[in-house]
Amino acid sequence: MTSNRPLLIPSPRTPSTHDLPTLPVFPDSAKPSSAMDSENPQPTLNSSSSRRSISSVQSKPSMRYGSRGADSEGAASQKEMNDEDVRIIHINDLAHTNERFEFSGNSIRTTKYSVITFLPRNLFEQFHRVAYLYFLVIAVLNQLPQLAVFGRGVSILPLAFVLLVTAVKDAYEDYRRHRSDRIENNRLASVFVNNQFQLKKWKDVQVGEIIKIEANEGIPCDMVLLSTSDPTGVAYVQTINLDGESNLKTRYAKQETLSKLPEKDRITGMIKCEKPNRNIYGFQAFMEIDGKRLSLGPSNIVLRGCELKNTHWALGVAVYAGRETKVMLNSSGAPSKRSRLETRMNHEIIMLSLFLVVLCSVVSLCAAVWLRRENDNLDDILFYRKKDYSEGEVKDYKYYGWALEIVFTFLMSIIVFQIMIPISLYISMELVRVGQAYFMIRDSQMYDEASNARFQCRALNINEDLGQIKYVFSDKTGTLTENKMEFQCASIWGVDYNGGRGSLEKDQLVHNVQIDGIVLRPKMNVKADPDLLRLLRSEKDTNEGKHVHEFFLALAACNTIVPLVTDSSDPNVRLIDYQGESPDEQALVYAAAAYGFMLIERTSGHITIDIQGERQRFSVLGLHEFDSDRKRMSVILGCPDKTVKVFVKGADTTMFSVTDRRLNLNIIRATEAHIHAYSSLGLRTLVVGMRELTASEFEQWHSSFEAASTALIGRAALLRKVAGNIENNLIILGASGIEDKLQLGVPEAIDSLRTAGVQVWVLTGDKQETAISIGYSSKLLTRRMTQILINSSSKESCRRNLEDAILMSKKLTTVSGNEHSTRGSSGDGITSLALIIDGTSLVYILDSELEEKLFELANRCSVVLCCRVAPLQKAGIVALVKKRTADMTLAIGDGANDVSMIQMADVGVGISGQEGRQAVMASDFAMGQFRFLVPLLLVHGHWNYQRMGYMILYNFYRNAVFVLILFWYVLFTCFTLTTAITEWSSMLYSIIYTALPTIVVGVLDKDLSRMTLLSYPQLYGAGHRQECYNTKLFWVTMVDTLWQSVAVFFIPLLAYWGSTIDTSSIGDLWTLSVVILVNIHLAMDIIRWSWITHAAIWGSIIATWICVIVIDAIPSLVGYWAIFDVMKTGPFWLCLLAIIIAALTPRFCVKFLCQYYSPSDVQIAREAEKFGNLRVSSPVQIEMNPIMELPRR
Amino acid sequence: MEVDGGRILKVSSGAQSIPRHSRKHKAFYQFTQQSLPACKPVLTPAWVITTFLLMGVIFIPIGLITLHASENVVEIVDRYDTECVPEAFRSNKVAYIKDNSIPKNCSRYLKVYKHMKAPINIYYQLDNYFQNHRRYVKSKNDRQLLHGLGYNDTGSCKPEESNNGLPIVPCGLIAWSLFNDTYTLIRGRSELKVNRKNIAWKSDRDHKFGKSVYPFNFQNGTLMGGGKLHPRIPLSDQEDLIVWMRTAALPSFRKLYGRIEEDLNADDVVVVNVTNNYNTYSFGGKKKLILSTTGWLGGKNNFLGLACTSVGSSSIFISIVFLLLHMKNPRIL
Repeated sequence: MTSNRPLLIPSPRTPSTHDLPTLPVFPDSAKPSSAMDSENPQPTLNSSSSRRSISSVQSKPSMRYGSRGADSEGAASQKEMNDEDVRIIHINDLAHTNERFEFSGNSIRTTKYSVITFLPRNLFEQFHRVAYLYFLVIAVLNQLPQLAVFGRGVSILPLAFVLLVTAVKDAYEDYRRHRSDRIENNRLASVFVNNQFQLKKWKDVQVGEIIKIEANEGIPCDMVLLSTSDPTGVAYVQTINLDGESNLKTRYAKQETLSKLPEKDRITGMIKCEKPNRNIYGFQAFMEIDGKRLSLGPSNIVLRGCELKNTHWALGVAVYAGRETKVMLNSSGAPSKRSRLETRMNHEIIMLSLFLVVLCSVVSLCAAVWLRRENDNLDDILFYRKKDYSEGEVKDYKYYGWALEIVFTFLMSIIVFQIMIPISLYISMELVRVGQAYFMIRDSQMYDEASNARFQCRALNINEDLGQIKYVFSDKTGTLTENKMEFQCASIWGVDYNGGRGSLEKDQLVHNVQIDGIVLRPKMNVKADPDLLRLLRSEKDTNEGKHVHEFFLALAACNTIVPLVTDSSDPNVRLIDYQGESPDEQALVYAAAAYGFMLIERTSGHITIDIQGERQRFSVLGLHEFDSDRKRMSVILGCPDKTVKVFVKGADTTMFSVTDRRLNLNIIRATEAHIHAYSSLGLRTLVVGMRELTASEFEQWHSSFEAASTALIGRAALLRKVAGNIENNLIILGASGIEDKLQLGVPEAIDSLRTAGVQVWVLTGDKQETAISIGYSSKLLTRRMTQILINSSSKESCRRNLEDAILMSKKLTTVSGNEHSTRGSSGDGITSLALIIDGTSLVYILDSELEEKLFELANRCSVVLCCRVAPLQKAGIVALVKKRTADMTLAIGDGANDVSMIQMADVGVGISGQEGRQAVMASDFAMGQFRFLVPLLLVHGHWNYQRMGYMILYNFYRNAVFVLILFWYVLFTCFTLTTAITEWSSMLYSIIYTALPTIVVGVLDKDLSRMTLLSYPQLYGAGHRQECYNTKLFWVTMVDTLWQSVAVFFIPLLAYWGSTIDTSSIGDLWTLSVVILVNIHLAMDIIRWSWITHAAIWGSIIATWICVIVIDAIPSLVGYWAIFDVMKTGPFWLCLLAIIIAALTPRFCVKFLCQYYSPSDVQIAREAEKFGNLRVSSPVQIEMNPIMELPRR
Repeated sequence: MEVDGGRILKVSSGAQSIPRHSRKHKAFYQFTQQSLPACKPVLTPAWVITTFLLMGVIFIPIGLITLHASENVVEIVDRYDTECVPEAFRSNKVAYIKDNSIPKNCSRYLKVYKHMKAPINIYYQLDNYFQNHRRYVKSKNDRQLLHGLGYNDTGSCKPEESNNGLPIVPCGLIAWSLFNDTYTLIRGRSELKVNRKNIAWKSDRDHKFGKSVYPFNFQNGTLMGGGKLHPRIPLSDQEDLIVWMRTAALPSFRKLYGRIEEDLNADDVVVVNVTNNYNTYSFGGKKKLILSTTGWLGGKNNFLGLACTSVGSSSIFISIVFLLLHMKNPRIL
């Protein structure tokens, strides 16, 4: 497809082949990743696929995204087994197997701590945070007698509180893990000991033992199958706990061990296998039994975490146990990311610490000056008295000389002013995020009824990033589309049969088969083309009929589908459920069944197909599984008429290269045309071919196949070579078109996101045509867009193409820019650009200087579509954008091939869909449908960002105002760091007095209703413009803080100057007024007052009052009864009132003036919400800031 | 569709789709969907202007009342720290105050300018005296004050901790520096009766100072601080000490000395005989004697009244400015 298309199609109309936006598409390849790599023993694939290790992308920063083929080939040969990295297991010979004690037992421990290690380890982990260390250092400083500002207990209180809360949280989580571990470890398994099967706890199972599993039992450890209840040695397992795929997988016992039963004849043998690794789709080993050497692959092993289904029993040898099982090796947590807001916040925290240093320097400088001036009469000053006479000899008391006094004063002031750095902010942020996550999870609009899946918050520290997303990178299959495949049409022998499309005919018979009076029927019905049905029934012997026959035989046989017979409501009817790993294959087999080629039974060597009511048994002589290099699979069938045929199906690109072009050129051309038409309609296409094998060919193949599949070194490469030899000179039978339906609400969601100013990039493994047609149907592309296509096969042409495109886009944007200004409307541009680029070009662009050009071009385009991209290229594209802009990126996908991209982006979203759970496991958030992205970003993201931004600023303000009050007072105490506010109050200030309201507001406040946010996606721009948290806001807040602290401090100071007021009374006044002030300040900024908010705000004021009273009712403290005395006086109340009003008036005025004279979008929308939509709906749209912005670098 | 779908869902969820199990259930659903009924105040000009107007209307009267109350307080202030040092010693006041051989008596004449109603409080005021100095405020022991020698851990009292191996009762710098100027007030020929009882907080007398703690070894040390205490009177009755030990918040403070329980008439002359013992000269502190009538405001205090009036008037000013702005430059809401 790289092709001779024109690079640019400047006409605003799209190519004529696209008559209408059609349903989506998906021709081949990269996507059916479950098919292509799940059963694949080849390390090639694994090393190129991201599935390999969850952290691979991050751990290797120098990884080249662009080049995939070369790397993987090199890695392949290295991965074959060397002698050092094998483990040797002697079957049923424990002593011998475990003689070196190198294999772990089967007990698992997912807990982090034990009772003894909890305290040290938990503390160690908590003190990884710099903030905690800071407070630890301060608490330690305070323990020095020279610096003891606060009492011992009091000074540790805040840190202890924070540590305790976190420790309790951790302990609880760990306890739950411990409990589930215990249950897991004490489950029972039947193990062969002393010549009989005995029940044994899971934790006592050891490597080398023979274990018997009954139906529906869990598997205790990773085991190699020896035999099963099935005479052919098939066992079915459900792997839902392992990879989330709900269909059954088949596993096979080796023919050689099938007949052995441990009760009768002692099984002895040896298994040599790889060291434990986390690849759940790979296993390499061989077994030596009875002097024979058998090779074992991933289909011979059952893994812990799976359940045995549809099989009465299975016997296996434990090979990996406990923490060495693949499921345990794979259980790693989500990677931790840090939110953008938090990173920015740290800059401001540095500012605050500078500020703290300034305050402390001022204090110590003043103290030094005072000491210097009064140096001579320090001993005469009644309130200082330097000397201590009590101990006989006269010595200085707590006076260490001028210089040291300065140092001590400085350190003491750091202790007193410590909460300038808001320790409580960290813990409140965590609590707020938990609260926000709760509401996101409970949101009924993000609940997927189809899969009964709630929204999942896997990362708890990037909630607010959702409000600032600028780029969305989306996968296609399973993300934009449902990944539920439906067979739509076929092109057979050059004839297009698409009558099945459209409505289901009423009189169409559902094909079924009768056996012993029981009707077998496929579980899903497929609409069949009547012409084709007629052809199949009547014209069996014509040339045409034969080809059609072969075509459907290929569909029914060339796959790895397992038919399962299930009961239905009608006792005479059994349903056949086709279980398989690839949704495409399922669709094809259902289609074959509808046309009368019903796959009924699969055993390891045979398949039974009911062809038009006639049961036929085919022997499967060989199967070459799907891999991403060949992009095809083949099966070698021994037919009942003794012929041997190879059936191949695969992607068109690779299939046409192995066809025999000499024959039937017309048919090939016709098929190609049909495929092109199908993919333009958005269908996924697969080409089917076959060849009859001569006896000699078969013999040759057979011997090399046998050799390859028992080879120990380079088995994967050998098998691929064998497959390559047999898959050639094919006759093209035809092609199938499978529809991958667009998910509900995808076009609308994309539209909303684009209006919100979010750039949506689609990265897909599909062909260009498919990608474009999906682009149209999902409204990503519109007819007014100019498409820029880049398909180049060399670096030079890439460069040329990019440069041309940039030039042209410049021309277009200037033109459209003029139009913009004259017409004065924003919204999606009149001649916006769409960039479509393919993976081959990306190979040359990524990791080269062309990246810069691509980025420049992409930013001029409103849509970017990348097709035919490999998983690592996806990550490369995300990295390209992330490196060059400060804007936030989000990646969304559902498959294993999206993992690297999900981990690379600032925010990764996994769709819990048809494909496995790898994407979800690697993601930060997981949800059921693509369209939930809209409420997630526009509603929750907006809210979370606004809340968190406000909360951080408020916390800075809240602590700074308190510290400043302490600071002002110090200036009136001879710079000696006395605090009028009791030490208890200053410690409780950020824990009890003011903590709850900010958390409640951080969790519950909403600036706008969900409805408004959804109807005006432009409001999302607030996050892009960083309206809720920026440097300017920080400084404004700090100036406000300064004023408020002045008001709080100096009003009582002046009112009580030269009066009888004592320290405790005025301290109580300051405590109460600052707490009331900060709470009212918060109240002023709250947008929605629900009863919870009321309770929190007024409740904490009351709680403060109670605390102050309690503290003043303790006789041993200084301020005994002070509050009662001071509350009786008039000036106290007057001061309180005057402080609140004077402190808040400037803020109130500025806030009002800002809101009234330069309102933000959010403010306008809020007013619109309050006063009714009708009057303001038009101003809102006009006054919205333009969403198109140049990207910030 | 998505947007519409959302809207439909929202509307219907309130009404039908959620079966009305109970009000509690519904409230919980609203809670989880973050749609609890809430009030959403928006700052409208009318609202803001009214608020400021209202604040002005409340604060100006309060300020005026406070000012009036302050005006009604009659206060006589007499600074005597310099005047009471004989001319000869003015150049070296510290030497004068430290010399015990020189009598420290001194007479001050106070003219009552306005009728003063009983009770009249007598205060002494110290300026530039840091009773809130960290070293100073820490130098006491609350438990010793309550339990006397029964509590021996007096480390916090340093550098005035013990004498001859025994803890000083009461220990610490605060007690040691007890103010010891005395005043005798004479009107005409008769001495004015000064009530020196009940000048300290009742809570302090009852719960902070022991009834059986006697200052038996107070002020015996090498360095004399301030006043002495009668060793036979328990601490709970040493009200001067109790008043002194409730440390002042600010470096300029008053402490109650006693009360005159009869009216003073305008143009009365009160002669105060001061014994000027207390050393504030080494750090330039001032000493003042104050006679003041009492009121709800405490003492003469113009600041609060002024503050309230100015807050009130600026509120009115702001409301007028906003009103003008709004009329000149309205914005449709």
